[in-house]
Amino acid sequence: MRTCGATPGGPSLAGVDLSKQTVIQGVILRDGESTQADATGVPNGSPVERAHVRLLDSSGEFTAEVPTNKGGQFRFFAAPGSWTLVIQAHGARVEQKVSATQGTPVDLVITL
Amino acid sequence: MSREKTLVSTDWVLENLNNSSVVLVEVDEDTTLYQGGHIEGAITFHWRDDLQDGLIRDLISKEKFEALLSKNGISNDSTVVLYGGNNNWFATYAFWYFKIYGHHDVRLLDGGRKLWELKGLPLVSAVPTRTATRYVARERDNSIRSFRDEVVAAIGTKNIVDVRSPAEFSGELAAPAHLPQEGGQIKGHIPSAKNIPWSKAANEDGTFKSDAELRDIYAAAGVDLSKETIAYCRIGERSAFSWFVLHELLNVENVKNYDGSWTEYGSLVGVPVAVGA
Repeated sequence: MRTCGATPGGPSLAGVDLSKQTVIQGVILRDGESTQADATGVPNGSPVERAHVRLLDSSGEFTAEVPTNKGGQFRFFAAPGSWTLVIQAHGARVEQKVSATQGTPVDLVITL
Repeated sequence: MSREKTLVSTDWVLENLNNSSVVLVEVDEDTTLYQGGHIEGAITFHWRDDLQDGLIRDLISKEKFEALLSKNGISNDSTVVLYGGNNNWFATYAFWYFKIYGHHDVRLLDGGRKLWELKGLPLVSAVPTRTATRYVARERDNSIRSFRDEVVAAIGTKNIVDVRSPAEFSGELAAPAHLPQEGGQIKGHIPSAKNIPWSKAANEDGTFKSDAELRDIYAAAGVDLSKETIAYCRIGERSAFSWFVLHELLNVENVKNYDGSWTEYGSLVGVPVAVGA
């Protein structure tokens, strides 16, 4: 897992007003592939397209869900606070807790 | 209706892939999903380009609905099976739409596209060609559709069910969290509305919970289903999901979907608004 926004695993943040949005995003990769970042910070591994990423609030209530794109990426526009991601794909299910703040995107690399 | 008549399983779809009386229709929020792969034989409706008037904010006219179905080879006696991404949100909206225009045999794939994918079932890229028909729709059935004046008058009298997430209900978020938070509306909810998120009716794989579980959800929230009920969300899709649960699965009468929903109500001048849980 990586939470710094400098070399994101999620989609490009170009055009996103980070002063107003609380972004939680990332990329889903298959386990068994290399998940080490290379020299430029781009994740290796096989991206999982059409994984279902579900955002739960601090009480565990469903808030939103998106499928990953061809690059295995997803993004939510949330609110500051504690959230839980549930990632489902064929034969896999992973949970990941995150803490989001406005202005600094949470950017994750999650392996299934 | 009941779930035997309105829901089909993935197995049922697999068994009916070559049934010429069955038309599979995918309706997604993310309209790129269909192009990336869909169930064999399925056509797609674009929730905005095909199902919104485009000039005024409204459903398409009866004549346009007839033209859409005719062009896509759907007959009045076709069994239409709807499915889609995002837990069938837009597919249930389309289901409600087919009911508005009186189609007699429309069903929903339980679990939608998500369950299909989680099971690893095949998706194809081939777009089918269907022979055009001459579909004849009925006049709109507005007994399942609510409008703003009725909603304002329903405050404190009828059941109003806000099916958005708790964060949208309280006013913390202006839209579902997969969309930018820049709605033109103020934040909050309709006074006297009960917050029963649509998601409470769905299992994690996107299938509907059992009838007993569904009834418990509404009972626990203190909703007396013998009274008239209006469901709303942000733009009317998620509330179509909850309308489907109440009207089609639990056979509750007098349930309406307010498709104007928060994007309309939250823009009205002078109407009361509540915030907080």
